[in-house]
Amino acid sequence: MSEPAANFDEMRTAGGDVRPAYEGYCNWFDEQETRLLNRKNSEAEKNFRRTGITFNVYGEDEAEERLIPFDMVPRIIDSGEWRRVTRGIEQRVKALNAFMYDLYHRQEIIRAGRVPERLFRNNEAWLPNMVGFTPPGGVYTHIVGIDLVRTGPDEFFVLEDNARTPSGVSYMLENRETMMAMFPELFTRVPVETVSDYPRRLAKSLAACAPPGTSGKPVVAVLTPGIYNSAYFEHAFLADQMGAELVEGTDLRVVDGKVKMRTTSGYRTVDVIYRRVDDDFLDPLSFNPGSVLGVPGIMDVYRAGNVTIANAPGTGVCDDKAIYSFMPEIVEFYTGEKPLLPNVQTWRCSEKDSLAYVLDNLPELVVKEVHGSGGYGMLIGPTSTRKEVADFRKKIEAQPENYIAQPTLALSTCPVFTKSGLAPRHVDLRPFVLVSPDKVDITPGGLTRVAMKKGSLVVNSSQGGGTKDTWVLKE
Amino acid sequence: MLGRTANGLFWMFRYLERVENTARLLDAGLRMALTRDSVTAEEEWRSVISTAGQKRGYEAKHGTYTGVQAWNYILRDRENPASVTEMFNQVRTNARLARNAISGEVWEAINESWMEIRDLLSRPVGQNHVGEAIAMVRRAGTLAHGAMTGSMLRDESFHFARAGTFIERFDSTSRILDIKYYLLLPSLSYVGSSLDTGQWDTVLRSVSGDRAYRWINAGNIDARGIVEFLVLDDRFPRSLAFCQSALRQNLAALARIHGHEGRSNELMRQADTQLSSLTIEEIFEMGLHQFLLEFMASNARIAAAIGEDYRFLR
Repeated sequence: MSEPAANFDEMRTAGGDVRPAYEGYCNWFDEQETRLLNRKNSEAEKNFRRTGITFNVYGEDEAEERLIPFDMVPRIIDSGEWRRVTRGIEQRVKALNAFMYDLYHRQEIIRAGRVPERLFRNNEAWLPNMVGFTPPGGVYTHIVGIDLVRTGPDEFFVLEDNARTPSGVSYMLENRETMMAMFPELFTRVPVETVSDYPRRLAKSLAACAPPGTSGKPVVAVLTPGIYNSAYFEHAFLADQMGAELVEGTDLRVVDGKVKMRTTSGYRTVDVIYRRVDDDFLDPLSFNPGSVLGVPGIMDVYRAGNVTIANAPGTGVCDDKAIYSFMPEIVEFYTGEKPLLPNVQTWRCSEKDSLAYVLDNLPELVVKEVHGSGGYGMLIGPTSTRKEVADFRKKIEAQPENYIAQPTLALSTCPVFTKSGLAPRHVDLRPFVLVSPDKVDITPGGLTRVAMKKGSLVVNSSQGGGTKDTWVLKE
Repeated sequence: MLGRTANGLFWMFRYLERVENTARLLDAGLRMALTRDSVTAEEEWRSVISTAGQKRGYEAKHGTYTGVQAWNYILRDRENPASVTEMFNQVRTNARLARNAISGEVWEAINESWMEIRDLLSRPVGQNHVGEAIAMVRRAGTLAHGAMTGSMLRDESFHFARAGTFIERFDSTSRILDIKYYLLLPSLSYVGSSLDTGQWDTVLRSVSGDRAYRWINAGNIDARGIVEFLVLDDRFPRSLAFCQSALRQNLAALARIHGHEGRSNELMRQADTQLSSLTIEEIFEMGLHQFLLEFMASNARIAAAIGEDYRFLR
């Protein structure tokens, strides 16, 4: 194992000085007794358990519900940095939405030769049923999570686009609630932008995407696969916070060309469905015939323009890492501007020269499956054994088009609270973006994921990563 | 609200009531067994298990009746679907299903109790901890009901929850009476009885009615009085008359909210008329057992009608 490259620490400069964004926090921190902080740390866990912020792990009976580790040192971003980041996100999200529209209509970007056709032809997330259809308000990606990593003072990169069903927003909200409950004084000393109105913004943004024929106030429902889904807590939480019904497929039925839910007083029309089930399970008539999670015939209602499905079916194309590698071209094609937020340099193993480079430099690179997610099926060259690298090489050689490679970035670090004091750990950031016909709305903050192990670059909760409260300072 | 959510609420509170009643039953049995010789104690545990409706499961597993076996079976046996831990899992699962129909306070009351009960019952329960376990279960019910009273909107969710509580409580009091009815026949009740008043005391304790009964009857314990108290006294919150009257109000509120009455209201009215016209003499005349059978069946019909009226399942 080689030492990770020297990296940017968000709290302290290389010389050990506290950066301006962290000054208020550090002053407060220095006044606290370690014993008190230790106690607060275990209080936090109790708080999460009590409120039930857990995620389910499949196939583990005893530890059926687990907590994602929470670190009580906030990750702090100053207002100027945030402004620049949000401009980049807004540009990127608009481009993603325009790309989706184009891909399911005239495909100008392919005609112009900027993106190869095979990219989506081989993509399982591509849905022929969506061709020629425009969702209400022209919005495909109602809720997007853009994963960012940082390597320097103003160097943010996009690591991934999550346009299918980005999750984790309940952690953004509950992490803040927990921090405010534990350290009320801190919030009187450091002015932090609020995140707690996210559910209201979400409800508003979804309602603005209701189908044109909606009469009265749009009825919004959250569609969940059920209580055994790993993110059920979040589904229930968001529905509750929005004042929307939390429905399962069996609660819905198509009646007279509308999607209706079974209420205690009969079937009632649903105008907007914030679905947390995958495309495949939405409609057994159109997709997976074995699905019991979905609603037979819902795609017909959708195509007739009588219900909004958020995110639109078929947007999973954006999550593809091969598409990701074309995002600079995509942003430029639809916005006419250079991307404000750069991609991480990416080699597509489907291309001969890139493949040769990747195979030659495997021990230095991060290699990911094109369709993979959750930190599974990837190789982190510098922290892998020779055997792991050799095994992965065989996989790439067998199916090069399945992989992309990126340099191992010197990800920024933030301090976490440990028994022996503060210690730097690598972090990333997932801001949550809401898209409605006339607005891109970005909640100031997001979900900071942190690798809890020293030196580790893997922040995914499925791989032992934790989360932090994320502060955007007020101007 | 969704029919499925209403169903979740209804069952969440039915299970909560059932778990609480099981704890009361256990408490009364425990006390009884402590004051008896070992032969009678064995008899008492047999009676507790059968009142809880767990005789078949218990006897498939154990050949004898001892306190430790009985309370561990009732509290924490994984193979016993009516054990306290399994039923509390049901309470919590239904609370998760109906999560956006209950307030955060109710949810936290349930979730916290669930964690405590699960921890305490993760190991076999010895003599020194059984009281603590029972107290914890009863506190769980008190917490949840308190949180509900103090924080929930009086909309249909409230009334579905309450309906679940009273349907279950009616059933529970009826079953306790039915199992013990042979002890409460009027032929056995004469002035200056040397009969076992301890048994009657147990009946009262298992519905937490011993204190209330003493106050009302100034210390006179007789079978007729106990039956009258548990069936017809609408001041006592676990009597059949009280449960029925509370349930009638909840169903009336639901009908008001929905703008029309359903079959559940009709059945409720019939049961109500029937019960309020009966005197204790008439009940003994028709036979306590027969009376209880009829009213338990009517209670079950009302429960089913609520589910149909409000589309719990389809």
